[in-house]
Amino acid sequence: MIEKKKGSKANLIFALGLVVLVFVLEQLLPSSSMLLTVIKKSAIYALAAVSMNLLNGFTGLFSLGQAGFMMIGAYAYAILNVPTDQRAAVYQYFDGGIIQFSITEGISSVLGNVAGLIIGVLLSLVVAGLVAAVFAYLIGLPVLRFRGDYLAVATLGFAEIIRAFFQWDKLGPITNGSNLLRKFTNLADFNIKNSTGQVIINLSTTILVLIVAACIMIIAMMINSTYGRSFKAIRDDETAAEAMGINLAKHKMTSFVVSAFFAGIAGALLAMYQTTVQAAPFKTAMTYEILLIVVIGGIGSLSGSCISAFIFVGASEWWLRFLDEEKYNILNTHILRSGFRKVVFSVIIMIIVLFFRKGIMGENELNIAGFGRWLKRLFTGKKKPAIETEAK
Amino acid sequence: MAESVLRLEDVTMQFGGVVALNNLSMEVNKGEIVALIGPNGAGKTTAFNAITGVYEPTNGAIYFMDELLVENYPKEKMKKLYAGENNGKYTKSVVKTPDVITKAGMARTFQNIRLWPSMTVFENVLVAKHLRRTSNLFSATFRGNRKEEARQREEVAELLRIVGLDDVQDELSTSLPYGKQRRLEIARALATNPKLLLLDEPAAGMNPQETDELTEFIGQIRNDFDMTILLIEHHMNLVMGISDRIYVLDFGRLISSGTPDVVQSDQKVIDAYLGVADEDA
Repeated sequence: MIEKKKGSKANLIFALGLVVLVFVLEQLLPSSSMLLTVIKKSAIYALAAVSMNLLNGFTGLFSLGQAGFMMIGAYAYAILNVPTDQRAAVYQYFDGGIIQFSITEGISSVLGNVAGLIIGVLLSLVVAGLVAAVFAYLIGLPVLRFRGDYLAVATLGFAEIIRAFFQWDKLGPITNGSNLLRKFTNLADFNIKNSTGQVIINLSTTILVLIVAACIMIIAMMINSTYGRSFKAIRDDETAAEAMGINLAKHKMTSFVVSAFFAGIAGALLAMYQTTVQAAPFKTAMTYEILLIVVIGGIGSLSGSCISAFIFVGASEWWLRFLDEEKYNILNTHILRSGFRKVVFSVIIMIIVLFFRKGIMGENELNIAGFGRWLKRLFTGKKKPAIETEAK
Repeated sequence: MAESVLRLEDVTMQFGGVVALNNLSMEVNKGEIVALIGPNGAGKTTAFNAITGVYEPTNGAIYFMDELLVENYPKEKMKKLYAGENNGKYTKSVVKTPDVITKAGMARTFQNIRLWPSMTVFENVLVAKHLRRTSNLFSATFRGNRKEEARQREEVAELLRIVGLDDVQDELSTSLPYGKQRRLEIARALATNPKLLLLDEPAAGMNPQETDELTEFIGQIRNDFDMTILLIEHHMNLVMGISDRIYVLDFGRLISSGTPDVVQSDQKVIDAYLGVADEDA
């Protein structure tokens, strides 16, 4: 027990260290830096993947509705945060829409700009999560009776339907139909500016990483609580779980709703990062990307999801970019051209799935104390102390 | 009169045209070890599943601690199909899911061991404490239930010590040898604080030595936990050695009941197990 506590403390310090590192990087690098973009996007994808892992990895419910819940969160956040004087411009085809307030603006007028921004955004994120959670509850009532593939198909269908629904013209006064929602409070608003409007301290990446870290920590705490253990029991053997007094319907619903809540927050953060929201990108392809991150990281490993989110986003947005550019064709082979990146990427994924059946981390979590010991062994050249092999 | 823990009244379980249980009435009193035996396909496990809520009985009532737990009557599709004799006697439909029944104080083990394979021995037992929680999702996540959690962990450690699994508590449940997995499953059931323990073929697949250990273990549980036990078993040594009373099922019907001596000498029981000589032959 004591050692476990020490380990979690080390992990917490490590996580804080990462946030500080991000802060420093943000001050040193230009805001257009690819690294910062990748950090931002991978942080958002990490949260989405962790929320999906809670459902697919820890509760054993194979759901493919994550993009749908993210879209609901993104919309809820955006709709509630377009400043009132911009509504006419944003909702130009719908007479300025029917919602005429902005949470952040409203709170800022009472508490001042800085406190208003922070509290307003945090509150909006929670509201975005709650809206997604309410949708999840309603969807969950019929859908959670299904098991396995049927559940996957049902949730996939839900995500597609809700996307089409949000683009419906009749809902235009609220969702702006298929037009962009924009001008709402975004990450750049967190940068501290001087009186001439020049940015002195960049905070947009740091604040995003902080929010994501807090959300993931809450999920981790839940998974390590008595509820998390009973989720795992349901995943391992539903019949035994029910016979031991675990209410299946209630616990599955809890997991589903909590997962949607954090997916909603991830969606809202994505909206903040993109500065615009439209239903079109929240396709099933997005769910598959997140599922891929979960699988590569390890089904049942939160730190695995975070690591693989960074690798996935980095590889797809940045490191493999050169494969698309013809100027790197050295031998005049014309292999490198637009789209080749995706070919290579697919091959890498296939290799990972073939050789790392259980993903990068399997079901293990990153343990900094353990990692330190491993490094020490690596440098001192000592063998791992022999431990009992798990006799079968 | 002895305090009744479990009472079945005319429980009938029908799957379409198959009558798996036919008007089964039986009683388990406090502190008793009662065995349910019968040839293969007699309906023993069906009876277990009806008691623990896996199935809804077609007709009949089940009382637990003298309170109505489950009652049902043939309706819908079963209304026409019903082949039992007590049609119209039961008019209520009170059906409960297994988790509610476990919460009421009945815990079971399974014929094929069903442990949670990704968890350690300790965690397997700890999860069984989940149903006695007072915390909700928020207090559990934000560690508002530290005291409860600590108390539960202590109880689990104590339980593992009593059943003799404390030395392997951090091993994966499925890495244990078969006999210990059985023991763990029983410990897990005990962790739910039941008043009645239901054991579905606890000695299945065990060698004679393991069976002897198990017999001793079941006796120990009754004494240490003041437990009432209902068990299904094929090993006659175990059944005859440990049971206070025995019910014998054949083709879903109760054919005999009483103390081991009475049942053993009952001609109907012998016929059911060995078959009746064909008169025409």
